Amino acid sequence: MATSTSSKLNKAVKQQYMDLPQGDKVQAMYIWIDGSGEGLRCKTRTLDTEPKTIEDLPEWNFDGSSTYQSEGSNSDMFLIPAAMFRDPFRKDPNKLVLCEVLKYNRKPAETNLRQTCKQIMSMVENNHPWFGMEQEYTLLGTDGHPFGWPSNGFPGPQGPYYCGVGADKAYGRDIVEAHYRACLYAGVDICGTNAEVMPAQWEFQVGPCEGINMGDHLWVARFILHRLCEDFGVVVSFDPKPITGNWNGAGCHTNFSTKEMREDGGLKIIEESIERLAKRHQYHIRAYDPKGGLDNARRLTGRHETSNIDEFSAGVANRGASIRIPRAVGQDKRGYFEDRRPSANCNPYIVTEALVRTCLLKEEGEEPTDHRKLTA
Amino acid sequence: MATSSSATLSKTVKQQYMDLPQGDKCQAMYLWIDGTGEGLRCKTRTLDFEPKSIDDLPEWNFDGSSTYQSEGSNSDMYLIPAAMFRDPFRKDPNKLVLCEVLKYNRKPAETNLRLTCNKVMEMVEDQIPWFGMEQEYTILGTDGHPFGWPSNGFPGPQGPYYCGVGADKAYGRDIVEAHYRACLYAGVEICGTNAEVMPAQWEFQVGPCEGINMGDHLWAARFILHRVCEDFGVVASFDPKPIPGNWNGAGCHTNFSTKEMREDGGLKAIEDSIEKLGKRHSYHIRAYDPKGGLDNARRLTGHHETSNINEFSAGVANRGASIRIPRQVGQEKKGYFEDRRPSANCDPYGVTEAMIRTCLLSEEGDEPVDY
Repeated sequence: MATSTSSKLNKAVKQQYMDLPQGDKVQAMYIWIDGSGEGLRCKTRTLDTEPKTIEDLPEWNFDGSSTYQSEGSNSDMFLIPAAMFRDPFRKDPNKLVLCEVLKYNRKPAETNLRQTCKQIMSMVENNHPWFGMEQEYTLLGTDGHPFGWPSNGFPGPQGPYYCGVGADKAYGRDIVEAHYRACLYAGVDICGTNAEVMPAQWEFQVGPCEGINMGDHLWVARFILHRLCEDFGVVVSFDPKPITGNWNGAGCHTNFSTKEMREDGGLKIIEESIERLAKRHQYHIRAYDPKGGLDNARRLTGRHETSNIDEFSAGVANRGASIRIPRAVGQDKRGYFEDRRPSANCNPYIVTEALVRTCLLKEEGEEPTDHRKLTA
Repeated sequence: MATSSSATLSKTVKQQYMDLPQGDKCQAMYLWIDGTGEGLRCKTRTLDFEPKSIDDLPEWNFDGSSTYQSEGSNSDMYLIPAAMFRDPFRKDPNKLVLCEVLKYNRKPAETNLRLTCNKVMEMVEDQIPWFGMEQEYTILGTDGHPFGWPSNGFPGPQGPYYCGVGADKAYGRDIVEAHYRACLYAGVEICGTNAEVMPAQWEFQVGPCEGINMGDHLWAARFILHRVCEDFGVVASFDPKPIPGNWNGAGCHTNFSTKEMREDGGLKAIEDSIEKLGKRHSYHIRAYDPKGGLDNARRLTGHHETSNINEFSAGVANRGASIRIPRQVGQEKKGYFEDRRPSANCDPYGVTEAMIRTCLLSEEGDEPVDY
């Protein structure tokens, strides 16, 4: 079984050490997104008191030449605390601190998409934009093969696994259960889980989150998943098409609404938003995976409950469309809609930013508008 | 999996015994550095009371002919308690006691670098020298192969492991977590940890510590790491280049500042110090590993974020230089600087003493001054 050697270290021994009192000292684990735009990194520092808010956390720095983010000759990059959560691994009073990365000149790093997202979100605060993201992922052994699959083969075809129960249907539920509890403890807004269509594939949903919180909560949920899979000795993959052929890909369907859409008659606003999205399909596809659409090209084929990457479509209760309006929303004439295009390894900051730009700021064309010039 | 047979002994059984009350008796584990200058040794004695300070601890002795430290015919050596910590393995009220070693004639043993370090630190007390040391190390299985690596091969190349998370990126985090908590409990000034560039390589940082405390806290932290790894059945290596080829070595980058450097305009004092260091490169290289530079020769190649052992260099935010001035220190014009030359198996007493001699006592030339 391809679980890591680390996972075989004696956990009872570890627990004895973790039970040692730590006095007034607090461990703060700083987390950031590396140069790939998908990978997470972390390191810890000791604080002399428990931070109560994000303002209590100092700036830090790291060696960007080791994370695909800078050259060795000028490698210092800054970590700016952005969102704080309880640490479900080291427990209270210790913290997880999600950070923004700045370059040596204090401009945002290439993969720091949070800064612009935050700016955009602050422009539309009064619309109360809510998001819910459905994060799909696949569990792999350390050999790279999906967890629980026969080592040199495949399980039976898809059909019995979605929301399944039983040792022949659900592979790796322990991870899902552990992750759910860890997120609840940490203060992440996790709102549900289910087994997915491909065996060893799962989904959790985070939301509803307003504005910048969507990106923050989803990135922390991802970190918690990586970290706890490490404890179990397996690997989590957010690759959008981990197994080629007649096996589902992994997406990050993004649900979106504004105060207006949620109120009576909101369906009209939803339909207007969808019209604008239809005219900007390329811009969104570029924003919806970390490789400008190349990753999603392997997933958005038009089959396996996806839309085709080259075509925009929308429809009530239609899982083969780019945008799905849930049946209940069609009936109540208000609510939210679901953009099914984002890939599992998307950056939620730019996905949510793109939706706000197109639907609320009514931008058009292939490029995002630089709003800093307009407000200068 | 190459973990030790000791690690498979029942920890539940052990815990039953460790839960037994011990009355007023206290176990004091005396630690010392052996004849190699890198190895640690320990033995325990029972005390009838809980020691409240280092002065409560009696001198002791040991058989130096079994630790590469003396001849059999005249083997007794003295253990002089120097620094006391809470014991994270036996827990309160038990203690870890770091000791200096004296020869039979009460002169310092060859590898007792603490005595001279302490004298030098006393000479510069009012400059309030602070140190922070970044201890890198590699976790190995009992077969000597890095922990988590495929048994007859190598992992994928370096890139994804530094500060990484995930079973395919971080090997052996349990040890790091256990060590951090053990140090916090013990009272060691551990200020951070991170995964390093090579898989199964990690780093912890100790500091800021003033004067002699740097050496004391770092040696205690190293002992705790060895002892934690022993419980898990793996081995901690401080070898500066455990795997040859395109794999990072292990250093002990040493950060240093004085009160003057930390105050406004302190950058000038930093630059003055760096100039002095620039003229004394060989002396420092000899002080920065236990083999007078031979160990570091395998590590300081100019590749893998090291400077070349034959050249001295300094630069802001430059990890390929001997001395690196952090970016924000360059901006704020005060703070500290980082000497990246010490090897992972250096003696922190020797390292911190060398920095004081060159930067604060303004010594020159290849030999230390005899005060």
